[in-house]
Amino acid sequence: MSLKSESLARRVRCDVLEMVHAARASHVGSSLSVVDILSVLYADVLRIHPEEPLWAARDRLILSKGHAAAAGYAVLARSGFFDPELLGTYCENDSPLAGHLTASALAPGVEISTGSLGHGLPIGVGMALHAARSGATQRVFVVMSDGECDEGSTWESALLASHHHLENLCAIVDFNRIQSFGRVEDVLSLEPLAEKWRAFGWDVVESDGHDHEMLRLVLGAPHPGTPRAVVARTVKGKGVSFMEDDLMWHYRSPSADQLAAALAEVRGER
Amino acid sequence: MRTAFIEELLAVAEDDSRIWLVTGDLGYSVLEPFAERFPARYLNAGVAEQSMMGLAAGLARSGAIVFVYSIANFPTFRCLEQIRNDVCYANASVVVVSVGSGFSYGSHGYTHHAIEDLAAMRSLPGITVVSPGDPFEARQATRALAERGGPAYLRLGKAGETVVDAPADDGFEVGRWRLVRDGSDVSLLAAGSVLTVVDEAAKRLEDEGIGARVYSAHTLKPFDSAALVRASMETRGVVVVEEHRMVGGLRSAVAEAALDSSLQGVCRFRSLGLDADRMFGTGDQSHLRAESGLTSDAIIAIVRDLLDTV
Repeated sequence: MSLKSESLARRVRCDVLEMVHAARASHVGSSLSVVDILSVLYADVLRIHPEEPLWAARDRLILSKGHAAAAGYAVLARSGFFDPELLGTYCENDSPLAGHLTASALAPGVEISTGSLGHGLPIGVGMALHAARSGATQRVFVVMSDGECDEGSTWESALLASHHHLENLCAIVDFNRIQSFGRVEDVLSLEPLAEKWRAFGWDVVESDGHDHEMLRLVLGAPHPGTPRAVVARTVKGKGVSFMEDDLMWHYRSPSADQLAAALAEVRGER
Repeated sequence: MRTAFIEELLAVAEDDSRIWLVTGDLGYSVLEPFAERFPARYLNAGVAEQSMMGLAAGLARSGAIVFVYSIANFPTFRCLEQIRNDVCYANASVVVVSVGSGFSYGSHGYTHHAIEDLAAMRSLPGITVVSPGDPFEARQATRALAERGGPAYLRLGKAGETVVDAPADDGFEVGRWRLVRDGSDVSLLAAGSVLTVVDEAAKRLEDEGIGARVYSAHTLKPFDSAALVRASMETRGVVVVEEHRMVGGLRSAVAEAALDSSLQGVCRFRSLGLDADRMFGTGDQSHLRAESGLTSDAIIAIVRDLLDTV
């Protein structure tokens, strides 16, 4: 039973709130919903060496929902990939930490630049395919948004990955049910989402996207013969009561007062 | 040209195990030798170009040098953002190969006319853009792009092209126009398989006592501005010919160079290409070239007019 992922998640939530406040950036809701998934991956699941970010045998993590960059950068920094001091420069002029996750020599650990939805899964498929064909053992994880499941490229990749039995590939959908201009069920309903991935030939598991123990189980277990899709049921803005499940927090950044209140909640000082 | 391409790719792949070939469900009777010889480095991605280009970027990120193959506009326009973000921005070693430049697939209709691709590809930063003039250049380009690495666009004809007789031939090098035929009255630049039409015009001009120099401007990016300056200084005019719209291709590349104040001596030039807005009909390549005015007669008329006015 690891407390490492729990304390990492708490720390990362604070970082995210501070970063988006300082930068007056959007996407705090999207970042908060994916923190637990990323924390479990980096604390407990991924075989990585932060001090050797290009270690050839490393597991690959692609944050395809690149707008959750604040969470992506914070998790990398707190996992030892780069100095957490850099987080304060998020979105600043000339900062290597751009508003959408960007690969940079100054921010090691980012596998590929993202920000346009639907790009990460095909790239992950290519990495998984290369590994499979060369007998390498690394796993490839692609963290996606629910909105990304609107993109055709997602389903193109879903067809291909299962056709080629890419058992070293795991896609996690951060299913917070709010996309960028409305609730998923009002814009383009995805349910039954698990059934869709299953119909495309994937091994599908549904999980509470904030339950670390469950996430550890579904992300850590091998799935021979097929790629795995984890439909992670999450809450947009998770961790801050006044941000939860609200489209507004896809866009708005917290004021100083809101930041203080949010941090207090996350730290359990409420 | 597609046969020349696959034969050369096979030879390259024999010596370099990083070479992969990915296709978007096309290449019947062309790609089978590669698939049979190197099954572990071959993939048919299906009719799914965005996925195809994205996975190529993923393969490249894992150390492969990936040739991505489809026809006409499918490997370019259908997945342009993937080429922009996942290939070019990441500086991935992916060579986008399109078979069927210009009106090669003319009778298939407008969807298969590849006449804006150079404009799209040239606009992307960090990509090498090559349109070989004949099967000889296609082989050279295939090998050279594999060795060069990084993002590239290789625009091939289809089948049946003959190797252009090149008396002046000064070899093939990416980024340097190839002197096919020398002459001092006028310079004719060709990009792609229309080189044969240009060369035909040059031979006819020769019979009339006009010395036409012929360059295969096979590399549009990086642009060989030194060769353009030489052509301008050493001949009395430059005529640019391409099987591509007048917007964004070789004509535009030459015009951009002419605007570059650091290049001295870029002279009068004319161009022959496809109308910017016309939707072309159906017909084989020579029919559509004739229909759109891409003929040796037209080139000769332009040359005569150009030389009369200088």
